Amino acid sequence: MFRIDFNKLRFLVCDDNPHMRRILRTLLHSFGAREVYEAEDGATALEMYSHYVPDIVITDWAMPIFDGLELAQMIRQPESKGNPYAPIIMLTGHSEKRRVTVARDAGVTEFLAKPISAKGLYQRILNVVASPRPFIKTKTYFGPDRRRNTNSAYMGPERRVGEKHEVLQQPSLLDKARSTI
Amino acid sequence: MAKNSAKDIEVKAFATHHVITQPNPLRKVLRRVEEKDMDDPIGRAEQALAGLSGEFKSWMTTEVNRLSTAYVAIRNDGFSKERRDELFHAAHDIKGDAATFGFPAAAGVAESLCRIIEHAPDLEKVPAELFTHHINAILAIVHENTRLDSISVSAELSRRLRKVADDYLTDVNRDRPEHLEVILAPSIVPVE
Repeated sequence: MFRIDFNKLRFLVCDDNPHMRRILRTLLHSFGAREVYEAEDGATALEMYSHYVPDIVITDWAMPIFDGLELAQMIRQPESKGNPYAPIIMLTGHSEKRRVTVARDAGVTEFLAKPISAKGLYQRILNVVASPRPFIKTKTYFGPDRRRNTNSAYMGPERRVGEKHEVLQQPSLLDKARSTI
Repeated sequence: MAKNSAKDIEVKAFATHHVITQPNPLRKVLRRVEEKDMDDPIGRAEQALAGLSGEFKSWMTTEVNRLSTAYVAIRNDGFSKERRDELFHAAHDIKGDAATFGFPAAAGVAESLCRIIEHAPDLEKVPAELFTHHINAILAIVHENTRLDSISVSAELSRRLRKVADDYLTDVNRDRPEHLEVILAPSIVPVE
């Protein structure tokens, strides 16, 4: 079994709601974290990100000045002088599937829908610490690999191309239909 | 600690993308331990959260006052982008926080209110009662929540308001399939 030494991790928490910041701080401290920095808007969070170089960012979505989505996009600048690879956990009241997709496409590493729970937060932190994903850079995206696992049942064109071993050979729908008869 | 040096980062180039891998910069915080040596960080955190619970009612009161004030401004001066955003953010915060603070029914009503604000094509045309019923319900749930017999009433109130709001949104969005799809899609938050 693995234990996380939280006292070696530096967190940046960004939420405009002081009550939620207090809850997050309480949870992180009781996990064992000592270094928890807090920002109440995206702009302050970005400044603190450059200054404190946190290991993990936990951010709300809806915030003043610029929101958590914009914060993620600003962190995920491959040419930036800062660290564009830090795990970003988006903790939000938004609970629609399309929001998860939008957050994922902005480079968010993990999505945690409120209401917050100690277990949910711990699990997301464990994921980013123990199972980091490679980063993908395309013309329109820079961030953690959005494919968490391979789907052997996937039917359709391979959208990532370039090398032979990357191209998935998919049976045609007709072949698949025949094989099930 | 979180950043590897450039020489540790491996980049594989493909025609349409690059795959960037690096040693796990957070590996040093992971320690393998025997099961008997595992402590219980989640249990500890839940206890710490319970220790805050004495403040939840007062936090919730602050949140509902903010919502109430935001709606009074709209009733007095109509919708503007700023007033609409303030109402949405106040409702959205309650949607996210209320269950943690022990008011799950208020979270449900706030979610319904958020959906109205997000998906009504013209907020000026939304019947004022739809807003006032939602806001009054949240106020009532928060003020009456300590009475045990009110909990099932709160849940029922939340369900009914959601039904009324969804019927309204389905009707006014019948020609806007992209909104209709979102309105009818299930939430990703598991039902308790």
